[in-house]
Amino acid sequence: MLSFEHLAKTYADGTRALSDINLTVHEGEIVALIGGSGCGKTTLLRLIAGLDRESAGRIRLDGEVLSGPHPAVGIVFQEPRLLPWLSVADNIAFGLDGFSTAEKKARVTHALEKVGLVEHAGRWPRDLSGGQQQRVSIARAFVTNPKVLLLDEPFSALDAFTRASLHEHLLGLWEETRPTVVLVTHDVQEAVTLADRAIVMQPKPGRIFDELPLTLARPRDRTGLPFETSVRRVLTALDHSLKAPQQQPQRERDRQAAALWW
Amino acid sequence: MTGQATSQAWSSHEGAAALAAPTSTEKRRAFDWRLLLGFFLPVAIALLWEAAVTLGLAEGRLVPPPSRIIAMLWGLAQTGELWTHAWMTLWRVLVGFVIGALSGIVLGALSGSSQTLRQLLDPTLQALRAIPSIAWVPLFILWLGIFEASKVALIAVGVFFPVYLGIAGAILSVDRKLVEVGHVFRLSRVQLARRILLPAVLPEAVIALRSGLGLGFMFVVAAEFMGASEGLGYLLVDGQQMGKPDQILAAIIAFALLGKTADSLLVAATKPLVRWQDTVRERL
Ligand SMILES: Nc1ncnc2c1ncn2[C@@H]1O[C@H](COP(=O)(O)OP(=O)(O)OP(=O)(O)O)[C@@H](O)[C@H]1O
Ligand SMILES: [Mg+2]
Repeated sequence: MLSFEHLAKTYADGTRALSDINLTVHEGEIVALIGGSGCGKTTLLRLIAGLDRESAGRIRLDGEVLSGPHPAVGIVFQEPRLLPWLSVADNIAFGLDGFSTAEKKARVTHALEKVGLVEHAGRWPRDLSGGQQQRVSIARAFVTNPKVLLLDEPFSALDAFTRASLHEHLLGLWEETRPTVVLVTHDVQEAVTLADRAIVMQPKPGRIFDELPLTLARPRDRTGLPFETSVRRVLTALDHSLKAPQQQPQRERDRQAAALWW
Repeated sequence: MTGQATSQAWSSHEGAAALAAPTSTEKRRAFDWRLLLGFFLPVAIALLWEAAVTLGLAEGRLVPPPSRIIAMLWGLAQTGELWTHAWMTLWRVLVGFVIGALSGIVLGALSGSSQTLRQLLDPTLQALRAIPSIAWVPLFILWLGIFEASKVALIAVGVFFPVYLGIAGAILSVDRKLVEVGHVFRLSRVQLARRILLPAVLPEAVIALRSGLGLGFMFVVAAEFMGASEGLGYLLVDGQQMGKPDQILAAIIAFALLGKTADSLLVAATKPLVRWQDTVRERL
């Protein structure tokens, strides 16, 4: 269980990127963070990953307060960030330093199969397409079996087709160990395809505006009516968050409406 | 890079090699043409000059025709003089290069990796860099005598600065995003240096070493002008004093060949380290 308690981040220049974030993410849950540009989504992920320090409040993972990078937390950045001097296989094995060669090989081979890049194992990152590079970076994060996986708009640079196939790769990997996933996205369809819950954020200072449960059964049918309805609900919430920056969230009413709908 | 070594044992690079093969042969074929084109101008001028001198259109005393230069080179090679001189020059460059490059790497790494050390070292080194290196010659001769030590010192100074600047700059410009990948996987400082910083700076380090080597060859001439009884630079001075332009040109050609060979060896030796890079290198 991942929980944020009164989490706040003010940058050195005085930018209040996050203020008073309170949220609990259950084990194995996939949570999508959506919100306009600059509302602190990346900042939140960087705090969880231990790449930045919070100004106030704390983050707990199963009760343990996180301070700095944690072995059970993996991250996929917006760019693939592969090490150009390592082959695809070696990039995936980057975080497996403590393991035996046989174990490394087994895990990397499995991850390569899962993301469909077996025949590219020995190539340099520079020889891969953008989508393939992003798959390598997802595999690199999964191969250490993290309990919490953070994804910062990992598919935003890709076309719709590639994105849909990467969603499947991602869910395939997630099915295996069911890590807790925090996914930042601008794409409402993506959020509804992947997440159990959408968290809508608001900027200046960055805070949570609304939460919407997405309880559709998996695998999700992107053409069905329930999918469409969920997309519309998230869009509406997003719209409110952008239009009325100071407006109080209508969480209760939305939830009742949702309950009625189901 | 033990990680790479162990994993290379099982990760197949054959696929990559097979895919890369056709493009590299294509590249080579295209490159051959350009190479031939590059030969055209010097060869044409040499042949024209040779013809002009043979036909008596020009005297060729101060600008000897290629045949006389080749004959001079051949003669020097036959007597073994060429090798003694070339070896002496090469030895000076090598010793100066090793000293200059090592200190450049060490100081560059220090000033690149620690802000405090940079603020301590860099201003002084930058001030010293503003002095034309040849200006040190009289001082080096006073301090170290006119023999090898002062020559090697001058070459080492010439090599030091490009290497120092290159290494420090390379470390400073390592992509923060890649360093963060190291942080996420909780690498220690030493691991971070070995697994991320070192490979990331290698391409620029090679370039720095190459410019250092180039300057080494430049300064060895200056060093050998200041009184040497051996070395290609001595052949130059001797050729001037004896009025033998063919010897001067022979020495110049020997310099060019020696410098190019040394540079190619350096490139070949470092190629495996920067094989992953797909930019700039081909253009250098
Ligand atoms: N290193 C930093 N120093 C100062 N301010 C920063 C820094 N990083 C981010 N900010 C500010 O913090 C706020 C939140 O930034 P953040 O990158 O978390 O937004 P985001 O929600 O990820 O936006 P986007 O959707 O555009 O990626 C922004 O106003 C940004 O300008
Ligand atoms: Mg962001």
